Amino acid sequence: MQVTRLIPCLDVTAGRVVKGVRFVDLIDAGDPVELAARYAAQGADEITFLDITASSDDRSTMIDVVTRAAEQVFVPFTVGGGIRTIEDARGLLRAGAEKVGINSAAVARPRLVAELAEEFGSQCVVVAIDARRAEGRFEVVTHGGRRPTVLDAVEWAAEVAQLGAGEILLTSMDRDGTRDGYDHELNRAVADTVGVPLIASGGVGSLQDLVDGVVVGHADAVLAASIFHLGEHTIPEAKAYMAAAGIVVRPA
Amino acid sequence: MIAVIDYGIGNLRSAVKAMEHVGASASLVSDPGELADASAVVLPGVGSFGRCAEALSAGSWRTPIREAVASGIPFLGICVGFQLLYEGSEESPGARGLGLLPGMVRRLPGHVKHPQIQWNRVEAIAPNDLVPVGQDQWMYFVHSYAPSVGTETVATCDYGGPVAAAVQSGSLCGVQFHPEKSGDDGLALLRRFTELVGVDR
Repeated sequence: MQVTRLIPCLDVTAGRVVKGVRFVDLIDAGDPVELAARYAAQGADEITFLDITASSDDRSTMIDVVTRAAEQVFVPFTVGGGIRTIEDARGLLRAGAEKVGINSAAVARPRLVAELAEEFGSQCVVVAIDARRAEGRFEVVTHGGRRPTVLDAVEWAAEVAQLGAGEILLTSMDRDGTRDGYDHELNRAVADTVGVPLIASGGVGSLQDLVDGVVVGHADAVLAASIFHLGEHTIPEAKAYMAAAGIVVRPA
Repeated sequence: MIAVIDYGIGNLRSAVKAMEHVGASASLVSDPGELADASAVVLPGVGSFGRCAEALSAGSWRTPIREAVASGIPFLGICVGFQLLYEGSEESPGARGLGLLPGMVRRLPGHVKHPQIQWNRVEAIAPNDLVPVGQDQWMYFVHSYAPSVGTETVATCDYGGPVAAAVQSGSLCGVQFHPEKSGDDGLALLRRFTELVGVDR
């Protein structure tokens, strides 16, 4: 039985949750631990914390968030943003994170994926890929969308899976914050090529977008932020909607 | 005191916090000698079977673990800590498990995604102390390998066929999923485990 996961994502900067539109225009949306606990109680399958500033000052702030979350959030949570070394990852995992997400650091040094998988196991290693459409392909971008690369998203996803990534978190830069729905073509291209689970991200504006992410985009898990943070929809509503569309979910 | 074995593998804080959350007194134990004083033992484990098996040997945990199990106190293996109860694993040929349960840990069927990273419905197939019969439980799984369903298996999930999700043989228990990450159902299972402390079996 394949059970689709629903994952609220909390973008965190300086210990607070924010949600950007195309990675800018930040709006304050609350305490990350409080929100995570609320989502977990409502039936969220996992929580993703993305440290979107990830300066060295905020490293300890994030460890504090994770430490507090581990005391009251008993569903898995992933922490991403600014992880560059084995020791960065170890600190977060020891504080209570289930998985770490790496993005730009993997592009800069792909062996990091293998080293993390070797040290902590593939199940701990989520490779986050930010991609956008460019001249008939999907181009990988890094540093929160500011820096283009020569990498093709589908090839890069296959490579990191080969290196030991346990999951791919794929964000469409074209869709992120637009509320126009996921980029299904992008998701499908990766999901159908790569053997590890795919988490679709970027662009959810309605509950139907979550359904389409699975049915059209072939994602194994669907991630969303603002539709939950701003109180438009609850986790139980989203799960009920997905279940009614024939997707198997853990009841909320 | 419930001893959570700290043998240098993975995120153990969650297991301790979850135990405390259900009212148990739990501590990370990094000295094998301390198992002798424990009222129950939890063996967590993430990563590869071989690496965990190696860490058990390097920390001189094997004999104290066997003694704890033989003494009849409640013992719970979680995820790779569960797999270690068996003789070995296809994941790490040559690596030795604890051999407390018979058989090998094998790769999940080929036609499903590996690893299984998801919540799944766990159903009791025999009366046991962990998973109530007739009340499906939702638990969080992360694994690519599992032991075959055997006489010790008390609950299964469906992932390309029945997969051993929980085992019990006397006071020796194991779960493939992560109860400490499985929300209310997981916490309830841990509570049932802690309630075995002091029960004569």
